[in-house]
Amino acid sequence: MLYRENGQFKSTYASDQQMLPILQDRIFMAGLLLFAFVAVPMLASDYLFLSLLIPFLILALAAIGLNLLVGYCGQISIGHAAFMSVGAYAAYNLALRVPQLNFLVVLVLAGLIAAAVGILFGIPSLRIKGLYLAVATLAAQFFTDWLFARVKWFTNYSSSGSVSTAPIEMFGWKIDTPAEKYLFVLGVLVGLTLVARNLVRSHIGRAWMAMRDMDVAAEVIGIRPVYAKLTAFAVSSFYVGVAGALWGFIYLGAWEPLAFNLTLSLNLLFMIIIGGMGSLLGSYFGAAFIVALPILLDQVPNLLGVSMSTATASHLASMIFGGLIVFFLIVEPHGLARLWAVGKEKLRLWPFPH
Amino acid sequence: MKAKFALLAVSAAVATIVSASALAQAKEQFFPVLSYRTGAYAPNGIPFANGYVDYLKLVNARDGGINGVKITFEECETGYATDKGVECYERLKGKGPTGATAFHPLSTGITFAVTDKSFNDHIPIITGGYGRADSVDGTVFGWNFPLGGTYWDAADMLIQHIGKKEGGLANLKGKKIALVYHDSPYGKEPIALLELRAKMHGYELLLLPVTHPGVEQKATWLQIRQQRPDYVFLWGWGVMNSTALKEAVATGYPREKMYGVWWSGAEPDVSPVGESAKGYSSLVFQAPAGRGQVHKDMIKYVYDKGQGTGKKEEIGEVLYNRGMTAALMTVEAVKRAQIKYGKKPLKGEEVRWGLENLAIDKAAIKRLGFEGFMTPVSTTCVNHSGEATGGIHTWDGKKWVVSKDHYEADQQIIKPMIRASAEKYATEKKVTRRDCAKEAG
Amino acid sequence: MKKNWPVLLLGAVLLIGLVLPLVTGAAPGGFYVEVLLGGLMSGVLYSLVAIGFALIFKASGVFNFAQGSMVLFAALAVARMAEAMPLWLAIVLGTVIMIALAWVIERLVLRPLVNQEGVALLMATLGVTYFLDGFGQTLWGSDIYKIDLGIAKEPVMVLDKVFKGGILVNKEDFVAAFVAALLVAGLVLFFQKTATGRALRAVADDHQAAQSIGIPLNRIWMIVWSVAGFVALVAGVIWGSQLGVQFSLSQVALKALPVVILGGFTSIAGAIFGGLIIGVGEKMAEVFLGPVLVKAFDLAGGGLENWFAYVLALLFLLVRPEGLFGERNIDRV
Repeated sequence: MLYRENGQFKSTYASDQQMLPILQDRIFMAGLLLFAFVAVPMLASDYLFLSLLIPFLILALAAIGLNLLVGYCGQISIGHAAFMSVGAYAAYNLALRVPQLNFLVVLVLAGLIAAAVGILFGIPSLRIKGLYLAVATLAAQFFTDWLFARVKWFTNYSSSGSVSTAPIEMFGWKIDTPAEKYLFVLGVLVGLTLVARNLVRSHIGRAWMAMRDMDVAAEVIGIRPVYAKLTAFAVSSFYVGVAGALWGFIYLGAWEPLAFNLTLSLNLLFMIIIGGMGSLLGSYFGAAFIVALPILLDQVPNLLGVSMSTATASHLASMIFGGLIVFFLIVEPHGLARLWAVGKEKLRLWPFPH
Repeated sequence: MKAKFALLAVSAAVATIVSASALAQAKEQFFPVLSYRTGAYAPNGIPFANGYVDYLKLVNARDGGINGVKITFEECETGYATDKGVECYERLKGKGPTGATAFHPLSTGITFAVTDKSFNDHIPIITGGYGRADSVDGTVFGWNFPLGGTYWDAADMLIQHIGKKEGGLANLKGKKIALVYHDSPYGKEPIALLELRAKMHGYELLLLPVTHPGVEQKATWLQIRQQRPDYVFLWGWGVMNSTALKEAVATGYPREKMYGVWWSGAEPDVSPVGESAKGYSSLVFQAPAGRGQVHKDMIKYVYDKGQGTGKKEEIGEVLYNRGMTAALMTVEAVKRAQIKYGKKPLKGEEVRWGLENLAIDKAAIKRLGFEGFMTPVSTTCVNHSGEATGGIHTWDGKKWVVSKDHYEADQQIIKPMIRASAEKYATEKKVTRRDCAKEAG
Repeated sequence: MKKNWPVLLLGAVLLIGLVLPLVTGAAPGGFYVEVLLGGLMSGVLYSLVAIGFALIFKASGVFNFAQGSMVLFAALAVARMAEAMPLWLAIVLGTVIMIALAWVIERLVLRPLVNQEGVALLMATLGVTYFLDGFGQTLWGSDIYKIDLGIAKEPVMVLDKVFKGGILVNKEDFVAAFVAALLVAGLVLFFQKTATGRALRAVADDHQAAQSIGIPLNRIWMIVWSVAGFVALVAGVIWGSQLGVQFSLSQVALKALPVVILGGFTSIAGAIFGGLIIGVGEKMAEVFLGPVLVKAFDLAGGGLENWFAYVLALLFLLVRPEGLFGERNIDRV
């Protein structure tokens, strides 16, 4: 009843092409942004910021990046944490060696460097397809792990191989309280989501999707696979690289190459599969799910007042996590985003379904 | 974005329940416990965590808490992963009436990550025998306490030991020493000191990293077989140690020439190799295996009442004792701070004062039932580590045998390194140094 | 045949890399043979895990990430049961457990996911991985356990007349290689000579055609997963006896991934040769190339073997996108 677009006519091309064509959606989005930017910083506790919200936002950004590649362009990558680490180390070195750079510039440059590395590791995709490519992307994962652990320059000759970042300051704004960190990450995420939303609606996004649906057919209708695949790798790595820089600077503060290991890559892949491939919204859902689930599972026994050893609890959590993933894949292979879409469709007809 | 609302709601609920239970507590001191009982390092993580938790239980059961202030604690599973460790830290830091007492991150990686946070949170981070070597400098690392020694101390003592075996440090000239290390901040810490010493004494240092978790060492040991180093230093953790010993057996490298750091010399490291590991030695950091007065108390007050965390037979293992010692030092710091601030639950800042004024002497060790298990520790605002001493113990195929040798790290060499490294950290992170003299006054 | 030159080129480069240390005298002959043997022995173990991958992919198109966890699970089961009974009985019971596990996976995971995309199936097996890791450790514990095959661990010196310093070999390694060879021979016989084996190959060729002539797909899948479970058990027992049974076993199995892409997802022969190539390649790279790189670039230690396998596999794929023995796909619109 509330969610109905009757009477909302599109009389110009501009209104036909806007991102949220339905008035209710626009109101909802505005409300949500208001909530996220104003209400959350006032309400949330430090723990909520540092352990749930900030990782959620950063990983949502990384998931969007991976989704652009896997969900939109159909090139599977199991090694995307590699590009996160490239972004993180690039940002570290930029901030260290050119201290007068604004942090936003550092972020963009880190993203660009990650994009360049992404293109390099995307080249095999021109010849290798499907699961072969997926496993081949692991080369990026293990190579960067090794590179950053071994080449001393990247870690500024740190004796332990671990790096730690200086506090972030830009335009005289020192980002150090949890709420400030949250707001900064949220700003970056919202901005980049907007860009992504528009990218996938543009000709480049359509080229990616054509490539995904059938690469030979796409080539026949005049889409150059080199261009489509490599841009997908580049844009995807840019997003992931920025996310990596944020992960290092804002979430961890100090890290070693192990922080960007295979588990993180796999988690990113889980996010987009559970959230929904080929859906930006799905990336958010997936990130929320993967970030929150283990933490919740960890705390359930405590909340219920059941005393069990942390080992049993974490084994159980691992089992439930695995089980839930299989369950989701079986019940809703198109992810949480699909559930959302179905819900919206139902809402449109409500309360008269016929 | 419905999920986000749900998430918020659920976490808000979690937060409320937690804070509600916090209000109900009164005279309680909260000890956060970061442990790993799962994953690749579980065999070593379990006994340490058991020892730590058991000692806290013992203090409650035997003494009724710390001067009447009950100890409460909560474990959080880190799995030795940095991001999980950071989450655990955030989860536990605010619990209890006065917040967390002090953290033992139990991983060098987690130590690095939480060190940054300690400047804002004002909670001490105790890294007994691990962590960053430069954090001895209390004027820069205001919240880190590498009590009892760092990896630079450890490497220094090992060099002294083999120097003694060779009949003087000068005889190390032309020798070849291989460092087989866990490829992580933990394993890399000693390199700086070993390189410096190599320049001083003219031995050749061979660096052989082993990737986490350390079960792939064939190539490493082939290199050792090719290069035939005079000594092998083992800087491993968990399954890496036993694998290294197995490969040493397989490539015929004499175990008598292998020396481990104090984290590479516990029962889980040698028992899978058993008899073949005979002759392998490692450093012992304050607490070797065995049982003393405190273990009798432990059995009487905790295990006989069915409150024990682990198995009764495992009391007194190397890592169990080390966990107990770690707990003891935290408890003693709280006791010390209570003298200044009163017998009430203390904040992290107050506990720090206790940690900076630790004075556990021989008499105190005896009184606490730790005689023979630890050496005296005394700290200051400037020196957060205290005396770094250690011995050597050797596996005879069945048990660890402690030798008489006793070493003290050469601070003449280490002090300047600490100063330089801490200085670099301070400039990189824009930390302003504390003025210890002023704080004392 | 014009297209063959990149393959030849790569082969030539690898061959040169292989003999270079010997020719330049960077390694004495005996040591060189030792490295070669060490590589082959690691390779045999990689092959064992890779065979499990290839079997399942061939029959059901599932890229089974859980193979490593199955190795761990099987090894844990055998090690813990062997504490209370003779080893052979533990192995038999372990096999039964693995078959039961295969049945459960087929029923609860694979059947409901029929006809899903490859990546969804891959993720499902990752879910299985998490489940098995947690389940195995809850059930059997997370300490280090021993499997004792009763083979001496002290090395033996052989050929000390031919090479200076002789060659150190381990009996254990040879037993492992022998068992692996036996297993492969058994598998080949099973696939070539039995009715089930033929049905299996038919399914691998074309699911629908096989189904239309009355081959029960579900049963075949179940059998394949059981066989893969058994292979995992053998790998787990051998590996466990060498390294100790512990959680990390499941991570070593990651080394089998480059092997399967190098060898081709569907080929058993590919898994065997791929395993050997990678085993030898990475050990050679670590021992001979590593120190050179460390000197040249002032690196903080070697450790090339972590990525060398993947880069090697990637190079292979660039010249032969379907792997060494994989089937060539022809795309049609």
